[in-house]
Amino acid sequence: MLEPLHVMILSLAMFSVGVLGVLLRRNAILILMSIELMLNAANLNFIAFAWAHPDVAGQVFALFVIATAAGETAVGLAILIAVFRNRSSIRVDEIDLLKG
Amino acid sequence: MEAQFLMFLALAAVALAASVMVITRRNLVHSALYLIVTFFAVAAIYVLLHAEFLGVVQLLVYAGGIMVLFLFVILLVERPGTGPAGKPMRWHAAASGVLTLLVAAILGAHFLRSGMAPPGGTAVLGASGGNLETVSLALFRNYLLPFEVVSVLLLVALVGAIVLARPRA
Repeated sequence: MLEPLHVMILSLAMFSVGVLGVLLRRNAILILMSIELMLNAANLNFIAFAWAHPDVAGQVFALFVIATAAGETAVGLAILIAVFRNRSSIRVDEIDLLKG
Repeated sequence: MEAQFLMFLALAAVALAASVMVITRRNLVHSALYLIVTFFAVAAIYVLLHAEFLGVVQLLVYAGGIMVLFLFVILLVERPGTGPAGKPMRWHAAASGVLTLLVAAILGAHFLRSGMAPPGGTAVLGASGGNLETVSLALFRNYLLPFEVVSVLLLVALVGAIVLARPRA
């Protein structure tokens, strides 16, 4: 019997993997991918609660999250291209212009 | 119902294994391909939870659009075999693991404290006309203003991305 708790456990695990990716990896593209993982984990919770209550509002909000994620990815990757053009690197430990 | 649970277990295992592969691969293209596997598994879980329209949107927008964008930028930016490997940071991995466990513990405690919802049904989500009709009625009747705001947000992101990525004249 599938319960919302099971989906929440999967969501928590996927979110933790995303957090670990952001903290551990130094490639900016991989950090963006980890953020996508975290957004997907959040969406899983929205869908699970929409299914449990049941109320379609959760699915509508998941749709908004997907749209926001698309915009975030487009702007993030554009920033990466601009950074690469200036510094020839997208490793986040080498982009330290603001470091005192 | 039992079949639904077994399918969820299989899809969850695929999604989790693929997402671990995403953050552990050295080759960025491999990471992107494993991310597509994750998106497919998550889309299948959406369908399992009676969010058929969201599953299709997930495949179209994530696996179809966002990942193509990622692969383009990887091919533009990544030069394999160049650049130093970077200083190894021994304390960094340990600190990351501890922080991640902390976040997971706080979130998990929060989940457990919240009241457990009962397993859901199809009564509202798939009512007459299917999931697409239900979602679009809610979207365009109750959430029209957020919908318009999101479309403006996408327009701003589009213009911003073009301005940021354009070469300096």
